[in-house]
Amino acid sequence: MIQVEGLTRKYGTFTAVDNVSFVCQPGRVTGFLGPNGAGKTTTMRVMVGLTPPTSGRVTIGGHLYQDIPNPGRHVGVLLDASAQHAGRTGREILELGARTMGLSSSRIDEMLDLVSLSRAESKRRLRNYSLGMKQRLGIAHALLGDPSVLILDEPANGLDPAGIRWMRGLLKGYAERGGTVLLSSHLLHEVEIIADEMILIGHGRIVAQGDKKSLLAGAAGSGSTFVTALDNRQLSDALAAKGFVVASAGDGLRVETEPVEVGRTAAEHSIVLTDLRAADGGLEDLFLELTSDTQREVVA
Amino acid sequence: MSTTAPGLGHALDLSSTQPTPFLRLVRVELRKSYDTRAGFWLLAVIGFLVLLTEGIVLAVVVTQDQAMTYGDFVAAAAFVTSILLPVLGIMLVTAEWGQRTAMVTFALEPRRPLVFLAKATVGIILTFATIAMALVVGLVCNLLYGALQGPADWEFGWAGFFGFLITQTFAMLGGFALATLFLNTAAAIVVFFVYRWVLPGLIALGAALMDWFGTLAPWIDFQSAQGPLYDMSLDGGEWGHLIVSGFIWLVLPLAIGIWRVLRAEVK
Amino acid sequence: MSATAAPGLGHALDLSSTSPTPFSRLVRVELRKTWDTRAGLWLLISTAVLTAAVMVIQLSVVVAQDLDVSYNDFLTSTNFSMALLLPVLGILLLTSEWSQRTAMVTFSLEPRRPLIIAAKFLVGIGLAVAAVVIALVLATICNALYGLLSGHEAVWDLGLGNVGGFVLLQVIGMLTGFAFAALLLNSPAAIVLYMVYSFVLPGLFGLGAALIGWFDTIRPWIDFNYAQGPLVDATMTGEDWVHFAVSGFIWLVVPLAIGVARVLRAEVK
Ligand SMILES: Nc1ncnc2c1ncn2[C@@H]1O[C@H](COP(=O)(O)OP(=O)(O)O)[C@@H](O)[C@H]1O
Ligand SMILES: [Mg+2]
Repeated sequence: MIQVEGLTRKYGTFTAVDNVSFVCQPGRVTGFLGPNGAGKTTTMRVMVGLTPPTSGRVTIGGHLYQDIPNPGRHVGVLLDASAQHAGRTGREILELGARTMGLSSSRIDEMLDLVSLSRAESKRRLRNYSLGMKQRLGIAHALLGDPSVLILDEPANGLDPAGIRWMRGLLKGYAERGGTVLLSSHLLHEVEIIADEMILIGHGRIVAQGDKKSLLAGAAGSGSTFVTALDNRQLSDALAAKGFVVASAGDGLRVETEPVEVGRTAAEHSIVLTDLRAADGGLEDLFLELTSDTQREVVA
Repeated sequence: MSTTAPGLGHALDLSSTQPTPFLRLVRVELRKSYDTRAGFWLLAVIGFLVLLTEGIVLAVVVTQDQAMTYGDFVAAAAFVTSILLPVLGIMLVTAEWGQRTAMVTFALEPRRPLVFLAKATVGIILTFATIAMALVVGLVCNLLYGALQGPADWEFGWAGFFGFLITQTFAMLGGFALATLFLNTAAAIVVFFVYRWVLPGLIALGAALMDWFGTLAPWIDFQSAQGPLYDMSLDGGEWGHLIVSGFIWLVLPLAIGIWRVLRAEVK
Repeated sequence: MSATAAPGLGHALDLSSTSPTPFSRLVRVELRKTWDTRAGLWLLISTAVLTAAVMVIQLSVVVAQDLDVSYNDFLTSTNFSMALLLPVLGILLLTSEWSQRTAMVTFSLEPRRPLIIAAKFLVGIGLAVAAVVIALVLATICNALYGLLSGHEAVWDLGLGNVGGFVLLQVIGMLTGFAFAALLLNSPAAIVLYMVYSFVLPGLFGLGAALIGWFDTIRPWIDFNYAQGPLVDATMTGEDWVHFAVSGFIWLVVPLAIGVARVLRAEVK
């Protein structure tokens, strides 16, 4: 597990990371979410000793990263998939990692298979890789030493939809087997689907953390429902009669209550529903709201 | 599938867009030469060394009580800048490759030779700026020399000035040409220093040992061929040597390099 | 906010079964990095080819012109190509980690940065020694051919002092490049500095010594190239060694120490 305690990193007068504390538990995927320039990468770089902190500290499984012998065997790191020699082949990059960690070459083939890079692709030089291929190679490099902790900075960047789905499954499986996974992203939906825990950061400060449900519970605008019925009109009247606020939205209605109440009302009036779901705007709104003073665009 | 042939209405209307003027390319390339830390420091070091060299020369001649002319001050600075101006020429070209900005540059101006021409122009502008600085600093030093040491000698003919101008420009372009040929900073710098500092010695050695090489040497030794330029005293044969050796060391690498860049896949 | 339970012992990483990365493995990986890119491979090949070319040219000239040469002449002429390219190798060994940003990966797999630098240092020395061995072999072949082709008897004037001096010379050249690279962490700057140091500076020092009396007396103490002169012909005296040590301290130890301190502290981007 990863424990971040009172971490601060300043560049001159600018504070990139401001007194950040959080814990990533084993067996769970922790999503580290924040807009561009929020301080995610900086925090992760401090974790692996590439950036010295101004104050505070990070331990991984109770140890400072520097104190972990052969750290590649314990902690898998992907910070920037492009930070590799452009003139090396993908395979050679994994070869160097495997040799440093003292692994056999067969591990390289396993990893290439895992990230679906073909033998032919692995013999190309990195400068000829597409963004998504670099990302796959970076993930393969992070998993090389079969670590129990994964630290991945924006791993979904550049991956195709199939790749994103594959990665989701991979990380979930990793956590289920007891691994600790920390991944960062600036896309809410990406993190929402995969993460068990979320840490929202804006302007170097943590603005919210918790699992999805508890975050939603605290979010303004939660408890709305989107619903579409064969007869929207009848449903709308029935809901209004019960005192719920109803507005039309697209093909259906937006109701200011839990989906269960809407379903009950429909059942009582034997109205056929074609779509019923919680209005997902809650978390999105929350994210924008919490980070609004740090957002580049003014949120209307 | 209905794929109708694009009618006139679908064509890009280019009538109101001008091609990028060359002057603008030069201005942008000039800006690129100093807007990074590496570029800025290179220019700063060149300026600083001009100052330092002429300062040291002044200190030495005053303390050692030696005679000095204005031309000597400038020549001392020229010696030092002739080391770094070629590096400037090299960096103008290779920074674009090392940092992969060529992708952006050639996307905005697909006429690649123009980009190179703009870069060479910038190299020449910066060379002239360096020369101007050497002349001004030399002027100040010579005034100080006159004040401290006795009458200043303003010996420095127009021939010397033009010789200085041309040899410095050739030095810069030599680096530029090698960089265009190799498109790799390390290789270009190493080869340039060999060409500038090692080759003349080797050619002289070869000429001393072998007669046939002795007759060939003037035609391939661009460094020696530039010698008479300092006082503009070239005779017909020397012009021949200068042109042939200049063709070998400047035109040829530049031509091969640009031919390569025109065909290169920019990554 | 979720309750963050105090981490129990069960969550701690079990490090008992992992041994630290052995130094020899780091050295092997660093050695591999010198030739596994096209640029690196070409540099190694160029060094070998240039050295061979220098010898072949020398051999053909001395045979054609009927000159008198010995084994040692063949060996010392390779100094030209090796003194030129070995330091570049030493420089790129270090700076390419920065320019290509691979230092991020290297240092996250082995956070004990001094060990990485030491491994690179060792690889540099190893390559320099390997280059000398190749030069010795080539010189042997050339000298034997010289004996066959020219009317002269081949002279095998090779002493332990010569070989030792030659090895030291090449290793120092390589390490000077390495030290400049550590100091500047930038390939072009380090290469230019090295080229100026080895080609331009000796001339300037010579000029200064000729013009200024007091400079002539301090020159041996600060001119590392000059101090290495007696190494080539194996005539080092006690005083020469002192000059060598002092100027070496200035040009080798000081930049290396500043550079290493910088690397250890640096934020790796
Ligand atoms: N070396 C540095 N000097 C100055 N500012 C920096 C430096 N490194 C990062 N920053 C700034 O710190 C902030 C956080 O950056 P980063 O952690 O990369 O953000 P992100 O959350 O997008 O990963 C940004 O504003 C960035 O520009
Ligand atoms: Mg980031």
